[in-house]
Amino acid sequence: MSLLHKRLFFWSLFIAFGIYTVVVFTDDAGDDMGAEYFTQEAANGKLLYQKYNCTACHQLYGLGGYMGPDLTNVMSANGRGEFIVRAFLKSGTQKMPNFNLTDDEINDLVAYLSYVDKSGISPVRDFSINADGTVEVFSNGAKE
Amino acid sequence: MNKPTSILFIITGLLALLLGIFFGAISALQFILPGFFEVLPFFKSRPLHVSLVVAWIFSAAVGGIYYYLPNHCNLPLYSKQLPRIHFALFILTGLLIIISYMLGKFGGREYWEFPPVLAIPIIMGWVLFGFNYFKTVMKKKEPWPVYLWMWATGVFFFLFTFSESYLWLLPYFRNNVIRELTVQWKSYGALVGSWNMLVYGTAIFVMEKLSNDKTVALSRLSFLMYFLGLTNLMFGWAHHIYIVPSAPWIRHFAYFISMTELLILGKLIWNFSHTIKQAKDTYGNIASRFMAAADVWIFINLILALLISIPAINIYTHGTHITVAHAMGSTIGINTMILLSSCFYIIEQTNKATGSGPNNKLIGWGFWIVNSCLLVFFISLVAAGIIKGYYTVENELSFQEIMQKTAPALTVFVATGLGIFAGMLLIVLSALRKLFR
Ligand code: HEC
Ligand code: HEM
Repeated sequence: MSLLHKRLFFWSLFIAFGIYTVVVFTDDAGDDMGAEYFTQEAANGKLLYQKYNCTACHQLYGLGGYMGPDLTNVMSANGRGEFIVRAFLKSGTQKMPNFNLTDDEINDLVAYLSYVDKSGISPVRDFSINADGTVEVFSNGAKE
Repeated sequence: MNKPTSILFIITGLLALLLGIFFGAISALQFILPGFFEVLPFFKSRPLHVSLVVAWIFSAAVGGIYYYLPNHCNLPLYSKQLPRIHFALFILTGLLIIISYMLGKFGGREYWEFPPVLAIPIIMGWVLFGFNYFKTVMKKKEPWPVYLWMWATGVFFFLFTFSESYLWLLPYFRNNVIRELTVQWKSYGALVGSWNMLVYGTAIFVMEKLSNDKTVALSRLSFLMYFLGLTNLMFGWAHHIYIVPSAPWIRHFAYFISMTELLILGKLIWNFSHTIKQAKDTYGNIASRFMAAADVWIFINLILALLISIPAINIYTHGTHITVAHAMGSTIGINTMILLSSCFYIIEQTNKATGSGPNNKLIGWGFWIVNSCLLVFFISLVAAGIIKGYYTVENELSFQEIMQKTAPALTVFVATGLGIFAGMLLIVLSALRKLFR
């Protein structure tokens, strides 16, 4: 491969990557189904979620550490919900530390988790598989 | 101690590896023994583990490059002073990161769980490294072998993606969870790709030296593979976020790109008998032995990676220990084996002068302990992942019920993890003894 070819390859990829990056940064703007639930409290909750490193043990959309459960839909899941979430945040468990959170902090975290809950589903249970290996996800509705 | 900075990076890397695995063992024990080692709960021990082993990968790769350029590529470093500053920054930042974890001060991001200000000295260190690297290699008149391209790519994309992973500091990115996760994993996917460029470049370099065949690193095939890797680095990351409801085309495109790695699998199978023969012929040489192990692990990990990049499979495996099998399988099996190979190659070179080789017997034991434990470790994580994926998606069992079902697999994981730690101790301590001479 000549130097010219290598350079050509490299810079084509590089430019494509640049365009792609800009598109990704701006593209998903309209896709946040939970946007209307994003309050100032939720914004604070997001930062608290990072401050206490909840991500070391919990996942959102399956991403994070694996010691604890995925929290994406904990606010609306069967047998879960705000009451349970507050109880866990208040006192912790044998595996989950008690962070001695203030009431405000708990409110903010709950607001954040409520917002995330509205943004989508994880884990996905209602889907069908296409022949090409892709997946069709059904919206919030239960499995027919 | 009056060692070249390159060797200091490698020594630091090996120490970070040992310490990192130590914290990995603690985190793993906490999985099966709730309350174990309470002074360092899981949300502190896990980041200590991950950051330290990642530090090992970078430090060994960077140290290798600082060593190889002047000693083996006839390219004296543009500046001999900058690596020292780089090293000082590296140590200082590393210590601050460890302290912040211990104190429970977090930035709370996957992989970079330290407070964001500490990203500044990290970026400064990489700018110094990158500046020195480019100033050094630009002097080369002949065509660059592929590893010089790969290292250059690794340095550049590390800086780019690492900075990109801090975009969450802007509310525009942070306050929309879909965009936030998309951009975060765009940067992480490419970031892992960038460290792979550094490590695979090192692999090709060491293999060139071991085989004395200079044509490979200049061949057309090597460059095609490089461009394939670069394409995956740039566009393959969205397989991490198939279930995040971002724009569908982003995910379909990543699926397509990920499948191009089948070409690499094909190449490995094509070369299989040759690889086996070469491994047998060069078994006595420690550096070659680690490189042969990496070859086997590339094969195993690539098959898993390809499988979990198929959305229909990913929907079950995502968010389970299969992801951990993928992450540790490749960082230990591939990256660590290659970098240990590079370390032992450097040790052999520096010992040629003194005439004493490393203690082959201990290293041989360590080698087999690590690799056999790693195989069971890997399988047990995959098993735990299959169990969790199946019961989560098909049966909707509660988290506690699922964890109970995965407990036997996780117990095997912990036991073999301790085995890996023991084996690594033999290998790394032998290496350190030589390097401290
Ligand atoms: C050291 C690990 C760890 C950390 C850190 C942690 N958790 Fe947990 N969390 C767990 C575990 C494990 C459970 C499951 C209950 C159990 O088994 O004890 C849990 C359960 C929960 C639950 C209840 C979920 C359910 O479905 O029952 C919520 C809500 C929760 N955690 C929120 C948080 C938040 C918010 C943070 C950060 C402030 C956090 N956790 C930090 C380990 C952790
Ligand atoms: C060279 C050695 C090692 C490397 C490079 C390495 C690397 C990693 C990486 C990159 C992760 C993040 C995984 C993810 O987010 O999916 C991780 C997680 C982890 N590792 Fe390791 N690891 C090593 C050895 C070990 C050993 C020997 C043990 C056990 C004794 C161990 C235990 C763990 C645990 C418990 C986690 C957390 C999993 C979770 O999120 O729940 N690691 N490691």
